[in-house]
Amino acid sequence: MPNKQRWRLELEDGTVSLGFGFGAGRAVAGEVVFNTAMSGYVESLTDPSYRGQILVLTYPLAGNYGVPAPRARGSIDGPYESPRIQVQGLVVQHVAGEPSHHLSTRSLGDWFLSESVPAVTGIDTRTLTRRLREHGTMRGWLSPDSMPLDEVRRDADERDMREGIFREVALPDVVRYPGGSLDVLVIDAGAKDNIVRSLCARGASVTRAPWHADLAPLAEKADGIVIGNGPGDPKDLGPLVAQLREIMGRFRRPLFGICLGNQILCLAAGGDTGKLPYGHRGVNQPVRDLLTGRCYITSQNHGYAVRDDSLPTGWRPWFVNVNDGSNEGIRSDHDPYFSVQFHPEASPGPQDTAYLFDDFLRLAASMKA
Amino acid sequence: MNRQSKPAKPRRTLVLGSGALQIGQAGEFDYSGSQAIKALKEDGVYTVLLNPNIATIQTSEGMADRLYLFAVTPEIAAEVIRKERVDSILLSFGGQTALNCGIALQERGLLKELGVRVLGTPVSAILDTEDRQLFVDRLKEIGVKTARSTACGSAAEARRAAGKMGYPLMLRAGFALGGKGSGIVSRASELPAALKRAFSGGVRQVLVEEYLGGWKEIEYEVVRDGGDNCITVCNMENLDPMGIHTGESIVVAPSQTLNDEEYQMLRTIAIRTVRHLGIVGECNIQYALNPDSVDYRVIEVNARLSRSSALASKATGYPLAYVAAKIALGYDLPEIPNGITKKTTAFFEPALDYLVCKAPRWDLTKFHGAVKQIGSEMKSVGEVMAIGRTFPEVIQKALRMLDIGVMGLDPGAFEFADLEEELRHATPRRIFGVARALREGMSVARIHEITHIDPWFIHAMVPVVDMFGRLRADGAVLDPELLRDAKRLGFSDQAIDDGLRLQPGSARAARVEHALRPCFAQIDTLAAEFPAETNYLYSTYHATASDIAPTARRKVMVLGAGVYRIGSSVEFDWCCVNAVQTLSALGYETIMVNYNPETVSTDYDICDRLVFDEISLESVLDIYEREKPEGLIVSMGGQVPNNLAMRLHRAGVRILGTDPENIDRAENRQVFSALLDRLGIDQPAWRHVTDAGSAERIVRELGGFPVLVRPSYVLSGAAMSIAHEPNELDRILARAKRVSPDHPVVVSKFETRAREIEIDAVAERGELVHWAISEHIEDAGVHSGDATLVLPPQGVYIATIRRIRRIAAELASALAITGPFNVQFLAKHNLVKVIECNLRASRSFPFVSKVTGVNFAAEATRRMLGVPGENPVASLELDHVGVKAPMFSFGRLAGVDPMLGVEMASTGEVGCLGDDLQEALLHALHAAGFRYPVKGVLLSLGPVEDKYWFADEARLIHEQLHLPIYATGGTAEALAALGIPCTAVAKQPGDGKSAMELIDAGEIDLIVNVPREYDEYGRPDGYLIRRRAVETGTPLFTDLQLARALIEALWRKRGVELPIRAWQEFLPATRNRARSD
Ligand SMILES: Nc1ncnc2c1ncn2[C@@H]1O[C@H](COP(=O)(O)OP(=O)(O)O)[C@@H](O)[C@H]1O
Ligand SMILES: Nc1ncnc2c1ncn2[C@@H]1O[C@H](COP(=O)(O)OP(=O)(O)O)[C@@H](O)[C@H]1O
Ligand SMILES: [Mg+2]
Ligand SMILES: [Mg+2]
Repeated sequence: MPNKQRWRLELEDGTVSLGFGFGAGRAVAGEVVFNTAMSGYVESLTDPSYRGQILVLTYPLAGNYGVPAPRARGSIDGPYESPRIQVQGLVVQHVAGEPSHHLSTRSLGDWFLSESVPAVTGIDTRTLTRRLREHGTMRGWLSPDSMPLDEVRRDADERDMREGIFREVALPDVVRYPGGSLDVLVIDAGAKDNIVRSLCARGASVTRAPWHADLAPLAEKADGIVIGNGPGDPKDLGPLVAQLREIMGRFRRPLFGICLGNQILCLAAGGDTGKLPYGHRGVNQPVRDLLTGRCYITSQNHGYAVRDDSLPTGWRPWFVNVNDGSNEGIRSDHDPYFSVQFHPEASPGPQDTAYLFDDFLRLAASMKA
Repeated sequence: MNRQSKPAKPRRTLVLGSGALQIGQAGEFDYSGSQAIKALKEDGVYTVLLNPNIATIQTSEGMADRLYLFAVTPEIAAEVIRKERVDSILLSFGGQTALNCGIALQERGLLKELGVRVLGTPVSAILDTEDRQLFVDRLKEIGVKTARSTACGSAAEARRAAGKMGYPLMLRAGFALGGKGSGIVSRASELPAALKRAFSGGVRQVLVEEYLGGWKEIEYEVVRDGGDNCITVCNMENLDPMGIHTGESIVVAPSQTLNDEEYQMLRTIAIRTVRHLGIVGECNIQYALNPDSVDYRVIEVNARLSRSSALASKATGYPLAYVAAKIALGYDLPEIPNGITKKTTAFFEPALDYLVCKAPRWDLTKFHGAVKQIGSEMKSVGEVMAIGRTFPEVIQKALRMLDIGVMGLDPGAFEFADLEEELRHATPRRIFGVARALREGMSVARIHEITHIDPWFIHAMVPVVDMFGRLRADGAVLDPELLRDAKRLGFSDQAIDDGLRLQPGSARAARVEHALRPCFAQIDTLAAEFPAETNYLYSTYHATASDIAPTARRKVMVLGAGVYRIGSSVEFDWCCVNAVQTLSALGYETIMVNYNPETVSTDYDICDRLVFDEISLESVLDIYEREKPEGLIVSMGGQVPNNLAMRLHRAGVRILGTDPENIDRAENRQVFSALLDRLGIDQPAWRHVTDAGSAERIVRELGGFPVLVRPSYVLSGAAMSIAHEPNELDRILARAKRVSPDHPVVVSKFETRAREIEIDAVAERGELVHWAISEHIEDAGVHSGDATLVLPPQGVYIATIRRIRRIAAELASALAITGPFNVQFLAKHNLVKVIECNLRASRSFPFVSKVTGVNFAAEATRRMLGVPGENPVASLELDHVGVKAPMFSFGRLAGVDPMLGVEMASTGEVGCLGDDLQEALLHALHAAGFRYPVKGVLLSLGPVEDKYWFADEARLIHEQLHLPIYATGGTAEALAALGIPCTAVAKQPGDGKSAMELIDAGEIDLIVNVPREYDEYGRPDGYLIRRRAVETGTPLFTDLQLARALIEALWRKRGVELPIRAWQEFLPATRNRARSD
């Protein structure tokens, strides 16, 4: 149950919303973004792409089915997508007092307390979302209402959203997940665990390496390479872009980018990326496959996107967003290099594009033989 | 994967409607059908509609290019196809009726023969879903789980299967809806009776199935286009778990207790299943989900628009029927624009930032002998949908919307003799039982254990129950915090006043003082992610700002009819929609207020602003004060808005049309009767009874029994009954008192053997401008809503008609009526008595409008706005006859005696036209389910005089129709005495040939059973015959007058092919009349 302590969310433009705290007591700051999914909060809250951001849920009821038992150290089991809550803070309209689900061992509030992340309930998240949509994403401060503003601005915990953020979310060193005969290198700049699970479940062994590791030798050994998702601005990952360019030049391995991976691949290919006004965060984003004309509902979480007009020759858009026409994927004309802006691994969200993992592994297998 | 070439666009399409409203198949199909017609016409497709439901919007002028008001049967459909040279047909917008008609057309090879293409989902796929065995097999092919089951074609097979299955088990009939014939069988001894019910009425297949009671029941609405793009628009979770039909369950959208893994698992299965079955368009898939694992079963797929799809459309703002129709025309989802955002397409899945709660409305108390428990078979007659941000907010709104006299989730709303029993065997009141149990300290765990309702829902009710307590606690005061907390928990001002024992209006005053008003939020399908131009709004106390401001335009607000219940349904929605359309045509901005998801009036593109919310003094004032319209129309939505007129008027609202003071004068019996006396208009003698003691004396003053006992201010004869002797009177008084305590009971002389006549009219400043007189075939005593209406009257003296017209004119001027009104009369010889006068649109407005070609609702609306309308059309000069016939759902109401009385019992109606009474009557009866007799007729004529009254008709049956007559004891003697040959049959099985056996054997296909006069419950034996008749679907007539009219019609029309003609052929004149003048 929300303790009755008054909390405040203040936006850059001065908008103030009042609610009640139900998580940790400390003040935080960060980019305020909204997600329109109606279920899957455990998956979203542990998605590293949200690192450093204050997340607003537009669906008014949060925590209905509680939170499952914490997973063992080193485990990558779902529904968790990383070892910890990644968001800076959480803003909801109404948090469930008594969750109900056979897997639930704790409430949303208990979870946030145990990981000392602040959360606020009782805020009109629709009105807040309309503000964010009209102004684009803004910085915000989440704090107890009693805390003086200057103090908040001074002391609120805020992540360094430049290169630092990527160091926070990637596992420190290389980890191997045995799964089968094919060897896939997953480049980790905050990759969701379900990318690894999806590959292993399809009979691949995964080598998960942080983006700052020496990737070339690993790439050489791999049958295929996946560049995972992650937070922040791809342009802050210059070193990775450089490494990738080298790898693409040296060995022709099937290469599959996801989310941030789409942007990194674009940059490595010589294209450009830009920031969307308020990004795509939800599980109902429609995309069209430009090769087949088929449309799919996808899970998404990104604030930056590939600029179609920046694609060099030899590259072309692959998927496009049916709503706003923004880029949802690119592919090379000559090489087995392709990527998507959405999340085929879902979790949370629809599994309609999971077939992309099959296609990728089929290709990797055929090129290996 | 993308489809190579799209099918050619159809040119002339036949849309099949769902016929009369009945339990399990109600207003939602008017909504889906209307949307389909709209979608077709947008594409320039010549649209033909076959639907006898004359009260619907889809059968209105300006909808289909050609309208056929006839029974939806393969024969008639085929004839329409030939006549109209139709090249294609839509089967999935008219419920089970249309689907089954389509299947029959296919099976008889008629579609092929006539070269008609089925648009959308192919019949083969429909069969795969309707045949429960094929369905199981098809899903096995892709490894999708269904409940363990055996499909059986006979009771014998079923008995064997049940033996193997073990108990408890579930029986389900194929090719049905509303759970017809289905049910739980908990022990072998119950099986024979259950099977008899399941197979009754020509059911060809019954599924014997593993019982999944207590599992979560979840539904998804799925859309797939010809390019194989597939989405799920919405999922829904039943608060009442498996075992209680989705139509009988409280339902929330989206699901509340599913985690993402479960949500996506079921979503993925839905899409795989729909692709495998080859659905093209919309369908609904139902699941049982194990609450303790991810184990699931697919219960069924409905390969058509459904009650759930209408609900999902209203819940999300995604127009499923419209999109399904576009897909049928060959469009792919991404090619169809999202009408709400105008910026995105129909290929997306709505994200809700609110939740909705649907609650069913039952009228079981209206039926003598009805089994009160609810289960896998539908009994509810309507539903409501509440929108809000928390469960307490929506459940409280929803329960108030039901209009059953509760102030929300009130633990004290009802008394329960045995609370645990109530929780274990659900009745319509179970939800209140849960609240009561919480108040009495029963644990959530215990309640869950008994009801299997997910603890989340029960926990969410706790704060509501506590607040009811907090309000009633002594020392509680109306401070801003309490007020805010209560409003956020969905409490009405009235509930707060009542709880704190304050004057009505106190909470409202406090809200004004503390500026505590609801905010109005948009339903925008995308949770504010994109700017939306939507006008679809709901109110909530959980928002800090409203999404859109009122406009500066001239505007008028129209109050809808609210929940459908017996006595008020689609006919009033027709009136409201026509009012709104007329207002728009006159250049007004229109604001519609209604909360019934089955309606067309809650289709957001009917009006400029749709406020999907309560129709109560509180909510209407909140909207009115915000929008500041020029006025409010309360006379189109039936009794619900009509009853608010006076209080709204006192609150300073401008009511358009007749002055509310005068509405009140007509409603208040005392005042009204004084007015009649002053005008020298006769009325049945009556008196007020305030204490039961004086009742008998009063009856003597009235001239003795029988008397009619009724409370005022009720529609559809609720709690009205006839007393034939003192004890009966006492019983009824006791019952009547409880119904409306603040109104005294009225006892009037019950006139026997009187004709009943009605006038529907429109007046302007006291001038009668439009009027239509309809005559009932039945004698007075059969509620006007259950009577068979004839327009223009065929058997009424001109003198009587003149008198009635004059009385209507006198009343119009005496009450200074402007707008719609209706007067009911009794006629004996040349004497005319007024029964009642309603200063609002009546149930028969759509009927008289479509028969005369004058739109009474539109005309009334114009007059209320002071705009000159059309010149009167003489409704007696018509060269055709219209007959309106009732539709009953007795077959679905176990135990109920299918008898007619002063309490309305019908759930729907049809209306047909013909050159003469007989033609129209036969068409109408046929459209209401009557089948022509070919085997034999059973006569069981109660009262002695009736036996002789019916002599001529009996002779016709024998000599002209050449049908064998079977007759029960007394009747057989009477016929013999008259020299009419017949076979005497016993009433009970046992000695010799019994009526029952003959009915079961199909030897009898027409039954005339006139219950012993004035026997309120019917003699048991008569009851058995009547009950067996409705259960076997054998045509049954319990009214002598109607039976006589029928036999005469059968005789005159024997051997004649009844012509099938479009409405436009009967009323060519209205064709070229502009709709928006
Ligand atoms: N195997 C079963 N065990 C328990 N309840 C069932 C079972 N199958 C169906 N039901 C209940 O019966 C209701 C009606 O079944 P359904 O097949 O949906 O009939 P209809 O096609 O008329 O809607 C369902 O809503 C569900 O609550
Ligand atoms: N005095 C009467 N004598 C005989 N029948 C009556 C009398 N009053 C009413 N009825 C019958 O009862 C039915 C219902 O009465 P009515 O006043 O119309 O109720 P409601 O207000 O529900 O329409 C009428 O349609 C008529 O058939
Ligand atoms: Mg069904
Ligand atoms: Mg069903």
